[in-house]
Amino acid sequence: MKSPTTAGAKPEQELGAEQLGMFLYQMMLMRRFEEKAGEMYTRGKVRGFLHLYTGQEACAVGAINALEEQDKVVTHYRDHGHALARGVDPNRIMAELFGRQDGVSGGRGGSMHLYDVEKGFLGGYAIVTAHLPLAVGLGLASQMKKQNAVIMCVFGDGSVGEGEFHEALNLSVLWKTPVVFFCENNLYGMGVPFHESLSTEIPKLAAAYNMPAVSVDGMDVLAVHRATRIAVDHCRAGNGPYFVEAMTYRYRGHSMADPELYRLKDEIEQYRKRDAIEKLKAYMAERGDLDEAKLAELGERVEHVVEQAVDFAEQSPNPPISTLMDHLYKETAGG
Amino acid sequence: MAEMRMRDALREAMREEMLRDPDIFLMGEDIGAYGGSYAVTKGLLEEFGEERVRDTPIAESGIVGAGIGAAMGGMHPMVEMMTINFSFLALDQIVNSAAKLHHMSNGQISVPLVIRMASGGGSQLAATHSHSLEGLYAHFPGLKVVCPSNPADAKGLLKRAFRDQNTVIFIEHTANYSVKGEVPDDPDFLVEFGQANILREGSDVTIVGYSGSVHQAMRAATMLQEQEDLSAEVIDLRTLRPLDMETVINSVKKTNRCVIVEDDWKFGGFAGELSAQVMEQAFDYLDAPVARVSCKDVPLPYNRNLEFAALPSEEDVVEAVLAML
Amino acid sequence: MAFEVTMPQMGADMTEGTLVRWFKQVGEHVNRGEILAEIETDKANVELEAFEAGTVLKHVVAEGEVVPVGEIIALLGEAAEQVGDVERKPPAEAPGRRKVEPDGPAAASPAGVATAGSAAATPAAPGPNGVAANGRVRISPVAKRIASQAGLDITSLKGSGPDGRILRRDVEAAIAAPKPAAVPPTPPGAIAEVPRQAPPPARPEAAPAAPVTSPAQGLSKIRQAIARRMTLSKQTQPHYYLTLDIDMTAAMKFREQLNSSASEAQRVSVNDLVVKACAIALERHPKFNAEFGDNGLVMHDRINIDIGIALDEGLIAPAILDCGTKSLGRIATESKDLVERAKTGHLRADEYSEGTFTITNLGAYGVETLIGIINPPQAAILGVGSVMDQPVVRDGQVVPAKVMKVALSADHRVTDGAEGARFIKEIQGLLENPVSLAL
Repeated sequence: MKSPTTAGAKPEQELGAEQLGMFLYQMMLMRRFEEKAGEMYTRGKVRGFLHLYTGQEACAVGAINALEEQDKVVTHYRDHGHALARGVDPNRIMAELFGRQDGVSGGRGGSMHLYDVEKGFLGGYAIVTAHLPLAVGLGLASQMKKQNAVIMCVFGDGSVGEGEFHEALNLSVLWKTPVVFFCENNLYGMGVPFHESLSTEIPKLAAAYNMPAVSVDGMDVLAVHRATRIAVDHCRAGNGPYFVEAMTYRYRGHSMADPELYRLKDEIEQYRKRDAIEKLKAYMAERGDLDEAKLAELGERVEHVVEQAVDFAEQSPNPPISTLMDHLYKETAGG
Repeated sequence: MAEMRMRDALREAMREEMLRDPDIFLMGEDIGAYGGSYAVTKGLLEEFGEERVRDTPIAESGIVGAGIGAAMGGMHPMVEMMTINFSFLALDQIVNSAAKLHHMSNGQISVPLVIRMASGGGSQLAATHSHSLEGLYAHFPGLKVVCPSNPADAKGLLKRAFRDQNTVIFIEHTANYSVKGEVPDDPDFLVEFGQANILREGSDVTIVGYSGSVHQAMRAATMLQEQEDLSAEVIDLRTLRPLDMETVINSVKKTNRCVIVEDDWKFGGFAGELSAQVMEQAFDYLDAPVARVSCKDVPLPYNRNLEFAALPSEEDVVEAVLAML
Repeated sequence: MAFEVTMPQMGADMTEGTLVRWFKQVGEHVNRGEILAEIETDKANVELEAFEAGTVLKHVVAEGEVVPVGEIIALLGEAAEQVGDVERKPPAEAPGRRKVEPDGPAAASPAGVATAGSAAATPAAPGPNGVAANGRVRISPVAKRIASQAGLDITSLKGSGPDGRILRRDVEAAIAAPKPAAVPPTPPGAIAEVPRQAPPPARPEAAPAAPVTSPAQGLSKIRQAIARRMTLSKQTQPHYYLTLDIDMTAAMKFREQLNSSASEAQRVSVNDLVVKACAIALERHPKFNAEFGDNGLVMHDRINIDIGIALDEGLIAPAILDCGTKSLGRIATESKDLVERAKTGHLRADEYSEGTFTITNLGAYGVETLIGIINPPQAAILGVGSVMDQPVVRDGQVVPAKVMKVALSADHRVTDGAEGARFIKEIQGLLENPVSLAL
């Protein structure tokens, strides 16, 4: 899927109908993709841990669409949405969830470990915060090799208590690495509300390291996009890292096994009323960029893509057992 | 050829490789202006500048992670852990990121990274600063583990590490830093991984060592020759992953006896792995159970006498050999 | 077409679930995403949503039922749709089973399954009888030890293990095998004569390259074994000897009392009394239950007393195991059983290899004094003569008594004469106060 990109446009510029349509499509695709993934999990097709992104779509779509082709994304284990936003083939994502040969990670990684280097998607990371220092290193490489690439590093509010969070922010500022630290604050680190596990507000942590930081409404794709474009431009201009906190919400449990004892159904309903997809639909309709027919067409397209992804995954074989030991080490020329 | 100490041979290796490959850069705690805690990187900041010789904050996990990220981004970094003891703080990055990304990404990502660490006990640094973790790192598939015992190997192996596309854990026993030896000055002098070195040929017993313990093995071989008229073959493994079992097995088939010497703890140490492999591959050639001469299962005490009592000595090796004849 | 609702997988470790409650009854319509049922897993209660819209056609599983993950629990479809019975079948895969599916046709590679995990090098083809290319015989350590004790030539053995390795079962089979016509008989228990190899000489050069020399002409295996073992004992173990008379009068009476009411199998022999006395004495004098090793004395935890048994083919000495913990009665029954099995060739390997002390008794032959040769690598042997009627002086009176002469032969490297004296006096004291043997 080749998507139009908004990169390069001035942050304050209004987005055109095509770009808004693309945002809407991506968000709807993520929503339906995750529903299907959840269904496939209950049917035992997808195994292991499965963390659904439902509710947080505006974050991935707003942030990742602010990037250029040479830029790179690293993210946490709730990573299907970011992969989709970066243009990774839904067929190959679903095949990876099924653990099949044609999965983006050849069936080695599963839901939490999607990689598509060609798309600049360098992975979902399942150890909380482990990818933050990696982002700093990727930024350092970009800087030293003069590649002008910005690293989009997505993580959750659960990350900020880890020592590596602080090590990474500090290093990044010291070395002025081009990293957007994008925090998806969905209010819970598994089941613990973030205000119970952090003694301050998240952007203040970044500010403490002299890193510019903003907090935006993560249920508003345009707000996320606007803030992230400013952040990306800041990094690309060689000014060092930038911190964005997006206040968001996940509608589903932490993982499929989550009985959600820690929050009230009413809270979920309140957030659903602020649903990012509905908000964008309303905005587009108001502008005259969306009508019933177009919406129905988008819906059908999404349905088709997701069904196709399931078919593709079903048909993809298991990775051959003979490949079990593959890719343990990269061959080194001359030995 | 020039005679030099191991720390100088290591520096030469880094210098030559940095001149060869502009993607190589160094980072670590006090490796720049200070010259490195063990003076291994001394002078490199002056020669290569701050961009390629980076002093870092004291943040092991952060700097190893940054090294991994830079390697993913096309660089070939060397991260120095001031000592192996601090690498525990970076263990997640080493084990979960460096060792696994190539496999988990189905070969898409590679992590060409060298992590150097000063290791070993015997310097009265007490329990927190006296670890021998070669075997621990060798436990993880996806890592390469290198542990030279002499200056020439140190140079050839470190240069080879910079030409590898994988993460190499390069462990330097502090007792070896001042060891002198002839070192080739050919800029393409490499010591291949997975090739154990027979330091001394013999026919009565095979003594296997690596890193610091090679010296106990060699001294024990001399004692056995002089005092008991026994001929011991001494093998320096050089790298634990890849592991050259072929050389060990061929030797055991000849001598029918095997003693393994290591500074690591005996319980769950690398000698256990070696011993199992000898049993699996040379069962019918053994005249005695494989013997392990390892560190006593205790955190290393500060007191010199106690520390020496815990660590393996050449006398322990001799005793182990005599007990199996 | 009806849409099957199955017991959902709700977590990586879930294998079954309880259907707590149906939120939608048969005939009710349900939208996609609506809650259909409540499921209880072993961790929590979770809600099951409908993945497709439709009318509930059937509840296959009733509330309160526990069913495995993947089993059909309901059917959704068009309102008018007719559905038949649903077959209840458990899932094919048992939880916890690590079953590897063969590669599917689409996934098959030229290398295929055969190469997976078969990285181990193929060992060189063994020569005949487990002899490796370099002439070394493939034999397991336990097999080698038993063969050596039995005096078997391992190059004559056939190995049944991997790569022709000779295993314990091969050696035991060779021991139990009927004699080949051409060679002299190997008595079943012959190995018992030579319970264990002596400690090898300290220098490897002196150690024999092969543990067994080729059979000498005209000697049976048992003869060869006796010759080698006794020579080894006399050459490497410096013996000293102590003899003593034991007044067995009380012991003989005690034995008579015991046997008056005992069955044949329980009858106690004089030798059984000696065994029991020795077991107690060995506990108190553990250096006689030891062996001289390269690195000092090896003290044995178990007290396994070999008893010499004369067979037509020669002398053997299998052990009564763990005498220290056995009663006199138990020793009596076991010794009879041991003799019986020795005669019929049904001794177990540990009985002829684990002995720690030996008693040799020629009392039945009317011998007065028997001075034994230590059974290597043990530390001592007790020679026992006949119980004879002799006059003894008791309380200043010459009275008739039953006297038995015993002789201790001991390894001087392990003990000195004074220690031997204390040990043999202990045995004397126990036998002269036989009640202590029953305690």
